[in-house]
Amino acid sequence: MTARVRKDYQQARWNEPVIYELSLPGARGVLVPMPDGEVQAKAGDVLGRLPKGMRRAELPNLPELSQKHVLSHYLHLSQETLGSNITNDISEGTCTMKYNPRINEVLVGDPRFAELHPDQDEDTVQGILEIYHRFSQIIKEISGMDEVTFQPGGGNHAVYTAASVVRAYWAARGQLEQRNEIITTIFSHPCDAAAPATAGFKVITLYPDKQGIPDIEALKAAVSEHTAAIFMTNPEDIGIFNPRVDDFVRIVHEAGGLCFYDQANANAFLGVARAREAGFDMCHFNVHKTFGTPHGGEGPANGAFCCANELAPFLPVPRVVYDGKKYHLDYDKPQSIGKVRDFMGTAGVILKAYAWTMMMGAEGLRETADVSVINNNYMLAKMEGIRGLDYAFRGNGIRRQEQVRYTWEPLKNDTGVGTDDVNNRIADYGIEHYWTSHHPWVIPEPMTLEPCETYSIDDLDEYVEVIRTISEEAYADPAFVKAAPHRAASHRRNDDASLDDPAKWAVTWRAHVKKTRK
Amino acid sequence: MGEIVFPYIANSVPSVKKRMMDEIGIKSADDIFAEIPEHLRYKGTLNLPKPLLSEYEMRRHVEGLLAKNSSCEDHLSFLGGGTWQHYVPAVVDTIIERDEFLTAYVGDAYADHGKFQAMFEMASMVGELVDMDVVNTPTYDWANAIAIAVRMAARMNGRKEILVDASMSPKRLAVVKNYCLPDITVKLLDFDRVQGGMNLEDLKAKISSATSAVYFENPSYLGFIEGHGEEIARITHAVGAELIVGVDPSSLGVLTPPAQYGADIVCGELQPLGIHMQWGGGLSGFIATRDEPKYVAEYPSLLFGLTTTTQEGEHGFGQVYYERTSYASRERGKDFIGTTTALYGIAAAVYLALMGPQGMRDLGLGIMQRAAFAADLLGALPGVKAPYIAAPGFKEFVVNFDGTGKTVAEINQALLQQGIFGGKDLSGEFPELGQSALYAFTEVHTKDDIRRLALALDEALAAFPQVKA
Repeated sequence: MTARVRKDYQQARWNEPVIYELSLPGARGVLVPMPDGEVQAKAGDVLGRLPKGMRRAELPNLPELSQKHVLSHYLHLSQETLGSNITNDISEGTCTMKYNPRINEVLVGDPRFAELHPDQDEDTVQGILEIYHRFSQIIKEISGMDEVTFQPGGGNHAVYTAASVVRAYWAARGQLEQRNEIITTIFSHPCDAAAPATAGFKVITLYPDKQGIPDIEALKAAVSEHTAAIFMTNPEDIGIFNPRVDDFVRIVHEAGGLCFYDQANANAFLGVARAREAGFDMCHFNVHKTFGTPHGGEGPANGAFCCANELAPFLPVPRVVYDGKKYHLDYDKPQSIGKVRDFMGTAGVILKAYAWTMMMGAEGLRETADVSVINNNYMLAKMEGIRGLDYAFRGNGIRRQEQVRYTWEPLKNDTGVGTDDVNNRIADYGIEHYWTSHHPWVIPEPMTLEPCETYSIDDLDEYVEVIRTISEEAYADPAFVKAAPHRAASHRRNDDASLDDPAKWAVTWRAHVKKTRK
Repeated sequence: MGEIVFPYIANSVPSVKKRMMDEIGIKSADDIFAEIPEHLRYKGTLNLPKPLLSEYEMRRHVEGLLAKNSSCEDHLSFLGGGTWQHYVPAVVDTIIERDEFLTAYVGDAYADHGKFQAMFEMASMVGELVDMDVVNTPTYDWANAIAIAVRMAARMNGRKEILVDASMSPKRLAVVKNYCLPDITVKLLDFDRVQGGMNLEDLKAKISSATSAVYFENPSYLGFIEGHGEEIARITHAVGAELIVGVDPSSLGVLTPPAQYGADIVCGELQPLGIHMQWGGGLSGFIATRDEPKYVAEYPSLLFGLTTTTQEGEHGFGQVYYERTSYASRERGKDFIGTTTALYGIAAAVYLALMGPQGMRDLGLGIMQRAAFAADLLGALPGVKAPYIAAPGFKEFVVNFDGTGKTVAEINQALLQQGIFGGKDLSGEFPELGQSALYAFTEVHTKDDIRRLALALDEALAAFPQVKA
């Protein structure tokens, strides 16, 4: 059977005006419950009692629409967006765009969760505290680490938390001035460099050896009495598992440093390989990727930061504790770094992730891992022979794990069509733009795909056929591909330079109005 | 592995999996995992709870846990202090539950044109509320927004000291302090615990040419409104420092936006704008500035801009000044950026579009009226001082119980017995305020709700012997 390719696909294209262009002066979307007449009368002239200059002179310039028009406007905008639940989203390498179950949205909408205030009496929030505690136990088992906090609001935030904990650890030993370097690798996520830099560390970046594995000789040269820690991913963004990861840990430990394992890419290793066995002191999971909760177009997310007992005193407060009868929030941690986020983090993500994990169980997690790597290797095999396409470190004899960094360099050389062009064209087939690579592009013209466990064999075949079709198009009519997208919600921008030009960029409608008026 | 076909794993059908493995030429996934050295492999099966394979069983289980909670819907709640119970219009939930938005990712503005536009509209409407031309994509929360803002200021003027009003939220302060390490010093400014407002003499004494920025919240965490914004701005600008002001945007239909009294950077919390509290998980911060390159260059966040496309008259969207981000420039970028709270930004957009200018004014006015009415009722109770801090407030005020001889903890326990969550106990965070609680009032409270609170408090206090203050 030939794989399907949605040749006549057309995304919704509403030519939707900006909401200010839809304003109908005087219209109302919702009315606000006003207080009873007696309340108003007794309150008196509250605005008149405001300090001088604190009463707003003019109403804010918000658009005015009836409720139906607000609803339809945002429905139009939603239709001009490709969420992973409605498309074949193998595209987002390193991001694990798996299915996000609807039932979990039902659960977080339950008022017994949605309408909880974080300062309620502990007796009235035993349910959510128990969910936090239960999910902590699960994450500890999956990572092999001793403690976990769910306070970070995403993966990068967990990495920043790691950097904060490393800082507190060395400060507590009076060695922070000396231990001021953090080592990372170029195929680790940019946050493994940026978050330590934000926390005040000097960053040293290792590049790969000829096999695509971080250069262990470079690591040996990099470690010293200045090494505070290493922050590394494994497998890295290119899908190659570093088989000497424990040697990396040993080398850093021997130099006195700490080891942090960025496990944003953990999906295919659930129940297969853990931070503990590799010797790490810390790790984190992107709860919103690996444990089935939606990305929300970049959040709300959650970064579970895990550590060994030695580092637990530095974790942010409060900690959820169980005394055998009841759950409590414990703020009494004098060595804590304090807080990285207000309250207890994105509790909805934890609730959904707990629900997902309870439906999967240990066997389901292992099936997730197995099918993810099978999917990836199946797709890689099917990609063979597509003209103009190659992949990074081909022929190094190492089987790819959960993702592959492909390269369109041959296509670019042959036709002038590069990965950005292919990426624009793929949207014309009902597929979300794919992940090229983080910057810098060490691999030229990159395309990083991660066909995680969600996707069926038909999805994989479809994806491969779309890639093949675009390759053929590029050889036949490069100008056509370079003008893509043709069938997405909008056409190609024609003035990208304006987005970097202070005289032209417009981050708000009012800025746009000011800049185009003259 | 077993023969369970997992509903979330299409290829867990055994025959399909086998077909694929045959295609690859492997016998099992272990042939792929063989790249992982044996000693690094986890042996055996993870010790996890027995799975609840069907959706129904899992739902029963989780709902059983949720049944152990009592929410602000079952109880009458007056808790605020960083997240507040506001009404969330149905249309907001409808939109952010759409799978297109809910399950979107970073994307690009072609296939995800709608997401870019919705986020641009959020920035546009928040920009009008705060009277600023640049608003970022959301941060983790308000605390994170302050932390980013002070680091922006420090990079701009190269100074390493910030002064913050000590009436700010202690939890937000904890986040800011950690984010300022190791090189930015945070110094506290005294505030007037009787009248409310920053102690301007203390500001004048502490500010210097080493000061990078001054930060205060308006309305303050303790509820009162700072009336000396212009003077604080003048003092701050006289030494070349940046003025950063934090706001609760639900106040901006009635209160003057900080930009109009001299703020250079404004930050705040989007949660009041259509986002459920979710035990504190509904937070989402924003930062706003004037549209000057020196500010725009320092944002770590993504900024979505309006532009044109090859199609005449079509709106296009894209990333503004992307090179400054850590996505583009790793450790050379501005701080770091990642997945934050975009979906809540869309919620705020829908909320503001529904409310419109009149809705935001009605919201602010009605809240102030309720708070004033409540202060009168509570202040009339024996031994109770409300508001304890005199300056006019917005939706919260401090209630002091020193004259009752009871602790806030005891009073809140008594209220809880009557189905009421009393105000947040401040005795830990602000011990100098004695036995005080922070009470919050929003549009969800009716006259009867407030009366019920006063009555319950009266009963709770009457049950104990009175002590003269």
